[in-house]
Amino acid sequence: MYVAVKGGEKAIRNAHKLLAKRRRGDTSVPALTLEQIAEQLSHSVARVMGEGSLYDETLAALAIKQSRGDLIEAAFLMRAYRTTLPRFGYSQPVDTAKMLVERRVSATYKDLPGGQVLGPTFDYSHRLLDFKLAAEEGSVEPVAETAETSDEAMPRVTDLLGDEGLMEPDPVTDEDAPVGDLTREPLAFPADRDLRLQNLARGDEGFLLALAYSTQRGYGRTHPFAGEIRYGEVEVEFFAEELGFAVTLGAIKVTECQMVNQFQGSAKAAPTFTRGYGLVFGQVERKAMSMAMVDRSMRWQELGEEQTAPAQDIEFVLSHSDNIQATGFVEHLKLPHYVDFQAELDLVRRMRGEWFEKRAREENGDTSQEAAE
Amino acid sequence: MIETTPQDSHQNSPDGAQAARQKVMATLAAAKPAAVAEKFHALDTPAYELVRQPETGLVMVRGRMGGTGSPFNLGEVTVTRCVVRLTTGETGSSYSLGRNKEKALQSAVIDALWQRSGDRDRIERDIIAPLADAQTAMNETVKEETEATKVNFFTMVRGDN
Repeated sequence: MYVAVKGGEKAIRNAHKLLAKRRRGDTSVPALTLEQIAEQLSHSVARVMGEGSLYDETLAALAIKQSRGDLIEAAFLMRAYRTTLPRFGYSQPVDTAKMLVERRVSATYKDLPGGQVLGPTFDYSHRLLDFKLAAEEGSVEPVAETAETSDEAMPRVTDLLGDEGLMEPDPVTDEDAPVGDLTREPLAFPADRDLRLQNLARGDEGFLLALAYSTQRGYGRTHPFAGEIRYGEVEVEFFAEELGFAVTLGAIKVTECQMVNQFQGSAKAAPTFTRGYGLVFGQVERKAMSMAMVDRSMRWQELGEEQTAPAQDIEFVLSHSDNIQATGFVEHLKLPHYVDFQAELDLVRRMRGEWFEKRAREENGDTSQEAAE
Repeated sequence: MIETTPQDSHQNSPDGAQAARQKVMATLAAAKPAAVAEKFHALDTPAYELVRQPETGLVMVRGRMGGTGSPFNLGEVTVTRCVVRLTTGETGSSYSLGRNKEKALQSAVIDALWQRSGDRDRIERDIIAPLADAQTAMNETVKEETEATKVNFFTMVRGDN
């Protein structure tokens, strides 16, 4: 018999009211503005846009404010919001070679055209807490140095090595070939590289970081070098059907990572440098690097390598990278399972009954045997 | 006799006109809503009708594998667009990142005015050029600040030689 149980509406309503109060915190402390979040917590905003798979800084700031800084909850809010909007179409692929570069480093070439520019980075900082920030109000505005610019081009590093044939070329398909889209069709296997990259681009930073780290520690070695990391603004162009030409929608900030991997050759391919690719919204370097390493790991089949490690297992990686899905399934466990559990309770009770009965029978058998002797 | 410079003929060709309009639309799209509003309110607003209400939607941004290879879907952006028609017949459009409907409407009206031959020079001079200059200046600051973080490698000479 199934008995529907109702109730809890009032508790839920009050819990949400309490959440609103706790979210705001001490009202003698000024409330955060979305501008403050967007300007001063830009890495959080970038992460929420990336994992929420929706680039809109103000919305991401709102999501962070609403979720009390729970970034996965914030990404969830972004994913939910996007379902309320119509889709105008697909942009033309962004050209990262034309990026307004704010940072560009290569760990493989010291002297490369355009040079190494560090930009705004935590690298080389001492990771000491800066107590000046704790007492910052009204203090002097930080000033950045400037230097005269030269209009030297900044070609992608991978294009430089490509000239020698040492670097595998990018795969080029028919421009009109369909491009997989996870927002249109659920993930299915085998998944081609277009779907894999989309999945990684919106995947959880922590999960990808751990997988990338595992490949460095020997679980499917990829011998990676950071060929190039660049961060800055790229223009997004969209072909407007009714106008008959492409319009520039504006610029978004992205981080691109080209991982270069030594490849010893296989039956299928000569020794060369192979590549993994990372591209993410905002300045999220750790994730762009991880994405590139995991992308490379998952290319084992096409390069004729052996599959030995979790980071190479496409189905494993792609099925568990999405933190919205993951949190949904893990966190649903706290919702009422009273009926499920009642059934399990009956089952375990019966099994225990049978177990004790059996043991009692065996003990009785033993004693009766002893008595007989 | 009027001499036509190569640039003029470029401007008058259909492709040149399209490229010029693309630049106008791109400049408006890149401008901050407050900057567009300020320019718009300084205009004598022409009579117009809405062909397509300001509408916010999504565009899926694509990247390329390895930077130059086959396309893949990176993630979506919010985009707001609008189409207006002036009573004199010109149709103006706007497309811009974000969700600002007022900016979308104002940009579409400015785009329409730009297409009206009598107004084009004024729109270029009073609106597009200053907005474009401000954007160039901002990008220039970014470039200069970035340039200051360029690494200059040098070699340490060790020993007596």
